[in-house]
Order: sequence, then C-alpha cells, then structure tokens
Amino acid sequence: MVNKIMDETQNKEQATTHKIGIYLWIWGLLFVLSFFSYMVDWFAFQGLLRWTLILIFMFLKAGLIMAFFMHLFWERYALVNVLLWPMTAIACFIILMAAEAKYTVFTRLLYFFIGG
Amino acid sequence: MSDNSLNNLPGGFKGMTHDMGSDQTAFKGVQWGKVMMWIFLLSDTFIFSCFLISYMKGRTSTVMDWPNTSEVFSLHVGNVPVPLLLIAIMTFVLITSSGTMALAVKYGYEKNRKMCGWLILATAIGGLTFVGMQVFEWSKLIHEGVRPWENPFGAKQFGSFFFMITGFHGTHVSIGVIFLFIYARKVFRGDFDNGKRGFFTTMKSDYVAIEILGLYWHFVDLVWVFIFAFFYLW
Repeated sequence: MVNKIMDETQNKEQATTHKIGIYLWIWGLLFVLSFFSYMVDWFAFQGLLRWTLILIFMFLKAGLIMAFFMHLFWERYALVNVLLWPMTAIACFIILMAAEAKYTVFTRLLYFFIGG
Repeated sequence: MSDNSLNNLPGGFKGMTHDMGSDQTAFKGVQWGKVMMWIFLLSDTFIFSCFLISYMKGRTSTVMDWPNTSEVFSLHVGNVPVPLLLIAIMTFVLITSSGTMALAVKYGYEKNRKMCGWLILATAIGGLTFVGMQVFEWSKLIHEGVRPWENPFGAKQFGSFFFMITGFHGTHVSIGVIFLFIYARKVFRGDFDNGKRGFFTTMKSDYVAIEILGLYWHFVDLVWVFIFAFFYLW
C-alpha cells in the first residue's frame, strides 16, 4: 500500500501544475500590497492606523506567498498543520518578551531618571 | 483498501488524522526532500523570529529615541529626499524574483526545460541585484557613521540590530543566488530530463528539486516581508 502511495506521489508530483493565471494574479497582488505598505510610510501615517495597516499588508503578503507560491494551499493538512502550529510558540514568545521589555524600560526610567 | 489514490483519501482534518495514524506515511503526496526543506525552513523561521523578537525587546526597552528609519533610509533624488526609496526598490526586486521562481517551478513540472532555465536565471539575477543594493545600503550607512555600537541618529542598539538582521537575511539571499546559478546550469544541461545523478547523491535528478529550491527562495522573500514591516516601516 505504501509503495502504491509512493507511486501515486511520483505521478502526482509530475502531474500537478497550476494555471499560469493564478501565479500572475498573486504576483500582481503582492506588487499592489507592497505598494500600499510603502504608501503607509509615504503619507507618514502615525499611531494605531500605521501599525494596523502595516500588519494587515504584512500578513496578507505572507499569506499569499505561503499559500500559492509555496503551494501550501494545495498540500494536505498533515503538512500544513505541522508547519503552522509551531507559530503559536513564536506568538507566546512575542507576548512574553513584550511584557519583559515593558518591565525593563520601566526600571530604566525609574533608576536612570527618577532614582529608585 | 482497493483504491489508495491520493484524491480518494479524505481531506481536511479528518485526512490529517488518517495520515498521522499508525502504520501510515505522514506526508502523503510530498516528496521527502520537500518535507526536509520545509522542516529546515521551520527552524529558520525560529531563528529569524528570535532576531526580530530581540529587536522588539531592544527597541521597546531603550530609553533613547529610536532613529527615524524613514529619514535614515531615504535617498536623495536631485535635492529631494525620498523616504525608504532604496528599500522599496529592493522589495519590488525581491517580489519580482519570487514571481519568476514560481513560474520556473511551474514550467519545470511541465518539462519545459528552456523556460524553466531562463526563469531560474532571471531569479538569480534578481537576487544578485538585491544583494548589490544591500551592499550599497550598508556602505552608505557605514559612511554615515552607523556602527553596531553607535550611530549618529539615536538609540545605540539600532546599528547592531540592523547589521545582524539584514546581514543574516542577505546571507540567505546570497546562498540562494549561488544555488540558483547551479540549478540554472543543471536545468539547461538537461539533468532533470534525463535523470542524471547528482554530485552528492546517487539518486536521479527530478524537477521536484526546482520546487524545493523555490520553497527556499520564497522563504527568503517571506522573511523580507516581515523585516520590511517591522524594521523599516514600524
């Protein structure tokens, strides 16, 4: 059975191609999104608006690249989940270090400028 | 178990539990080299995440003002400073090369040797352009007095994070360019059509190698998306 699936794998690898249109569309979208994120800086948006826009364009671009250029959209869930779940560990790490950074800057302000 | 065709296996999460179950190959429909490349890219993701997280920590916890990247990375066109111009061009160059790589993978699987080869060559030249512009950017900043331990624009940590993060990314691009040239040669020579055996392996060459190379190259582009957002725009 395993051998049969291996053969199937070989055949599928050779047969699977996608229409050129989808690549050109994604390519175009990536250009447009990059242009938009550059415009965020160009118009010098500040504060919450700036960060929201930057993050939205960033995640959209990353998602498009992974889903279509890296073919994750067409892969089976066994591979997709193995790749995406570890990202939650990174998210936890970001939250931990953000809290840590706030504490560090608090102590620095306290001891450098106020004098604990 | 009369029909084991991939298309007849259950998809989605149900399919995942089937694939991950005992006595099964976990990654069906994925050549082993591709899985290995994905695992490598996952570990690489963690390395880049650690760099970007330490950058976040350093930037948040410094009591000095962070340099205004919009001004630091501006280029003068005539006498007008254009913010982030070089970085924007670098971004577009890298996305262009990512697009040509995606098409190279497609033409590879269609056994279109010439198109595949030229597109890989175009990708390599795009990558080379990117590295060239990065060299220009580094030398410009070094001339302006940016060092890993100090800089004239603001918080001292800026330099070390800049050189570390863009340097590590640039190294990835450079390695990618070397492999792209090697694979362009292999494609033009027809290694993937006649199944010539590789230098380090006795296994026959196959166009799936182009997809694996493509995964690496798209990853380099992917990392740049995050560096562009967090380091240059934030």
